[in-house]
Amino acid sequence: MSLTRRLAGPGMFMRLLTQAARLRRGQAVAAIAAVTVAAAAASAMLNLFTDVQAKLQGEFRKFGANVVVETRDGQSFAAHDLERINSVLRGRAVALPFAYVVARTKTEQPVVVSGTNLVMARQLNSWWAVSAWPEKPGEALVGVRAAKVLSPMPNRFTLLFQGHSVALSGRGTVQTGSEEDSRIYLSLEDFQSWTGLNPTVLEIFASGSEEKVSRLMRDLAEQFPSLDVRPVRQVREGEARVLGKTRSTLLFSATFIIATAALCVLATLTGWVFDRRHDFAIMKALGGSDELIARFVIAEASLLATVGALLGFAAGAALAAWIGRVNFHAAVSPHLGLLPPVVMGCLAVTLVATLFPLRLLQRIQPAMILRGE
Amino acid sequence: MFVRLVYESFRRQTRRKLLAGTAVTLGAAVATTMLALALSMGDKMSRELRSYGANLVVTPEEERLEVSLGSVDLTPAAAVYLNEDSLPRIKGIFWANNIVGFTPELLVKVSIEHQDVTMLGTYFAQPMRYGSKEFTSGARATFPWWKVYGDWPQDNSQDVLVGEKLAQQLSIGAEGRIMLNRQSHRVSGIIRTGDAQDGQIIAPLHLAQAVAGRPGAVQKIFVSALTKPEDEFARRNPDSLSPRDRDRWYCSPYAQSIAYQLQEAIPHSHAEQIRRIAQNEGQVLSRIEGLMMLITLAALLTSALAVSSAMATAMFERRAEVALMKALGAGYFALTSIFVVESVLLAIVGGLVGFAGGVLLANQFGSAIFDSKLTVEPVLLPVIVVVSIAVSVGGSAAAIRRAVKYDPVLALRGEA
Repeated sequence: MSLTRRLAGPGMFMRLLTQAARLRRGQAVAAIAAVTVAAAAASAMLNLFTDVQAKLQGEFRKFGANVVVETRDGQSFAAHDLERINSVLRGRAVALPFAYVVARTKTEQPVVVSGTNLVMARQLNSWWAVSAWPEKPGEALVGVRAAKVLSPMPNRFTLLFQGHSVALSGRGTVQTGSEEDSRIYLSLEDFQSWTGLNPTVLEIFASGSEEKVSRLMRDLAEQFPSLDVRPVRQVREGEARVLGKTRSTLLFSATFIIATAALCVLATLTGWVFDRRHDFAIMKALGGSDELIARFVIAEASLLATVGALLGFAAGAALAAWIGRVNFHAAVSPHLGLLPPVVMGCLAVTLVATLFPLRLLQRIQPAMILRGE
Repeated sequence: MFVRLVYESFRRQTRRKLLAGTAVTLGAAVATTMLALALSMGDKMSRELRSYGANLVVTPEEERLEVSLGSVDLTPAAAVYLNEDSLPRIKGIFWANNIVGFTPELLVKVSIEHQDVTMLGTYFAQPMRYGSKEFTSGARATFPWWKVYGDWPQDNSQDVLVGEKLAQQLSIGAEGRIMLNRQSHRVSGIIRTGDAQDGQIIAPLHLAQAVAGRPGAVQKIFVSALTKPEDEFARRNPDSLSPRDRDRWYCSPYAQSIAYQLQEAIPHSHAEQIRRIAQNEGQVLSRIEGLMMLITLAALLTSALAVSSAMATAMFERRAEVALMKALGAGYFALTSIFVVESVLLAIVGGLVGFAGGVLLANQFGSAIFDSKLTVEPVLLPVIVVVSIAVSVGGSAAAIRRAVKYDPVLALRGEA
């Protein structure tokens, strides 16, 4: 039986593989380490890239509603329309209703009074600086400018609207630096029992990407042709711009880091193959064909790449999760869908890094290598 | 002899040195670019966040209740106004360079076709001068999301913009004409803002002042400023601070301290932050900055590991050489110093080349994404070189130690 055939036998092939890993443990570990680092860098960056946008979009929602819905004639919404709108929004967005009237104080001073869902407003409008939120019926939140007008009695005051009066107690003040400072806010229930009016404006906090928000707006406009659905351009354009820049920065960093890590793997593995020219020369001298040696190297490199890629993916996912927790206080969950591309990438880089020097070696006579030239 | 050994090693083993050198160079380039990026990210991003518009507002000192609903303003005519002449002083405050733009506002009621409409007088891109500083400011810089179909009016013209909704109601298009107070004005464009302005007429400030009969009057000034995220210290009352702390507070670009300075610059005024913008931009900024810092940290770690693994492999290949030297009587110290000196040389060259490459890349990147170069602090150069040396020597240290410990006999026979 020729040596080639014996070498090519499954038993011998496996033995070559295992012995190579065992006897040259140091090198095998170094090579795996290089692949692991590259795979970790790649999967951390890819995981972050897919998740960070969603996380940042959450942050951007704090700038306020990105869509506003009003009736075309400025009248209040019909009760059944509100229910239908909420069913369209379910799971995609939250709507904060506002009802507005211009009421008069006892001194005939006009003031804008708004009824809203104060519990939701507290959650969504985190920028409102509020001294104390109303909790009981009959309590109002008074804008800092409005409070000065109501003085000397900002704690107990009466408002008049179309002949209906309501007695309110100011529970706290709100300061925002905008029109809210001149307004008085009540709970929607108090507002409705006083004026009998429904909300006139829905401020919608739609989550998700630009396309999702646009689709939501299209859905609303189609189902409610009588309503005016418009984007809050300030919020949407600001978000698009900042998010776009952040994405480009992330993408650039990711490409750069992954490319560097891949090149370092290339450098490490090229060295690894060259270092073993003696082994290959001996195999060849004993009658092993170029093809057999190539198969041996491919098998070895693939094994190495797979182990490295799996270890690296785990480490990278952990790194991304850590970054998510430190920065966004919410873990970046690992995307298993990224595993195949990471493994394939590692295999590709490893094969290029090993087969290229191998081809160079195969052009040389084994005798020259064995003589140490 | 020592110098010759090192020299020959570089001359004869070009391939190995090139591979290890490439790794160090790439590592240094990554480190330089990422550090430059992380360090200037805050600055660049806070500029991008200005696309959310004004974050400070200046109003007359006397409190006045605004009664406005949508595009309709029912506020009773005010008795007190700010003076337009004091506007350029905004560019004279301590943090003048952080002021991206400011825009005055004057609301006037006008009647068009028997309908009450609010007219907003403002600057679009008004040229101004403070001392020797010349600059332009206005809505185009402060409210970047305002979109005009047609042309923006000149600030010294009699032209106006009509809000989208109002234009629909009046069926007016760009280049049409509109009658205001028995005077015909050209409509240079239709404006869409997604806000109250869609139902208003936007005019140059002087025109609104003429209609109101109040020359020089301004109701509000919106200021867009680059600020530092608010912290505990920012919220302190400057008048209750010790003189030293007060100076520190005054000289930090917090929204609060810039508001304080605006109040000083404009007589009888009250300045405060627009909390929706000012509060949130600080948060978004610190999130993005934090993310960049952590990614940079991860990138540095990755490149350090990649470089040390490349160095370790390069070292590993040289067992036979070490064995030969050892057989010829070289001691532990002599051997180690040869390899350490080699890695240091490699690291210095790689570090320098990598730094240069990193600077180029950072500049490319800055102009591609932020339309301005990223500044790379020169102090990064020594840092990068020192780190490169540490990583290369550290990476090869274990391999050197193992190589030196080998039994030369085994290594020379090729059994190691």
